[in-house]
Amino acid sequence: MARVLLNIPRTARKGEVIAIRTLIQHVMETGYRPGADGEVLPRDIIRRFTASFEGEEVFAADLSPAIAANPFLSFTMVASTTGTLVLRWQGDKGFDQTETREIMVTG
Amino acid sequence: MTRLACILLLLPLCLSAAAEERRSGFQDMAPETQAMQQDDTANPGMLWVLEGETLWNAPAGPAGQPCAGCHGSAESAMRGVAARYPAWDEADAAPIDLAGRIQQCRAARQGAPPLPRESEELLALTAYVARQSRGLPITPPEDPRLDPARAEGRALYTERRGQLDLSCAQCHDENAGRRLAGSAIPQAHPTGYPLYRLEWQSLGSLQRRLRGCMTGVRAEPYAYGALEYVAIELYLAQRAAGMTLEAPAVRP
Repeated sequence: MARVLLNIPRTARKGEVIAIRTLIQHVMETGYRPGADGEVLPRDIIRRFTASFEGEEVFAADLSPAIAANPFLSFTMVASTTGTLVLRWQGDKGFDQTETREIMVTG
Repeated sequence: MTRLACILLLLPLCLSAAAEERRSGFQDMAPETQAMQQDDTANPGMLWVLEGETLWNAPAGPAGQPCAGCHGSAESAMRGVAARYPAWDEADAAPIDLAGRIQQCRAARQGAPPLPRESEELLALTAYVARQSRGLPITPPEDPRLDPARAEGRALYTERRGQLDLSCAQCHDENAGRRLAGSAIPQAHPTGYPLYRLEWQSLGSLQRRLRGCMTGVRAEPYAYGALEYVAIELYLAQRAAGMTLEAPAVRP
């Protein structure tokens, strides 16, 4: 399991725009660099990030080899109802990680 | 008598002026990079701190003893420890830096397999311990046994080396604040190690930074853990005495 740092508000007012900030530990090996033995290191990157709120996709991103290690992704969404936010990172070598957070919406 | 009184009155002013002139590399970074360091959910160094917290509490070695088994909670037991390193090691009768102490504790007390320098685990444990001293002033120990190594560190710092025939001091003292190509030349105050360098895309130690500078002037770098590195670390900590520890810092 890769380490993850998440900055997600636990509560929000109805209709409020909230910022979701995510940071995940990943080498993001480009597939173009030679290793110490001169052989090109195989590509190992996160290919896709998706965020779903109550089953509905609210944000998605395709990642490419030019993105730095430990990618930081941030997006905003409108808090409409109380529910579960599911964050999923998928990548090479079978990388697949899911984090879930509850967001309580008041008013 | 009045002259002496004048000198005594002026002395604190001189000292405070000298203290103000010292700058952490943090102050010369872009606002975005500063914000990244100060937000614990955006600072990638915190990934290693989280890993270090797990390792601190994980049993290691034949006795299955975790670091926490002897030291207890790192929040209280390790507060201020990183600010005092490098320190004198009674066992080896030599100076030792924080990563070296963790390696030694692991080998001698836990009997666990050694953690190589710059390994993810050693960086994580060092970052976790150093994190407990964030915000505290750097306080090098006043141990006279460290003085010869400090003097050696100073000599190494001012010694010209490599095919470019440059000493550390020629960039970091004489040309600090200016630019080398696009990069700012900092004053060589190790306030945030181990730190996350955007160029490395990873956490790294002060020894890795020193190694980078040595290969930069095309000098032969010392092996990781060499006493020469610890001597330079000691001298740099002395220069930075009283400055605030930022570990794990972020640098460009």
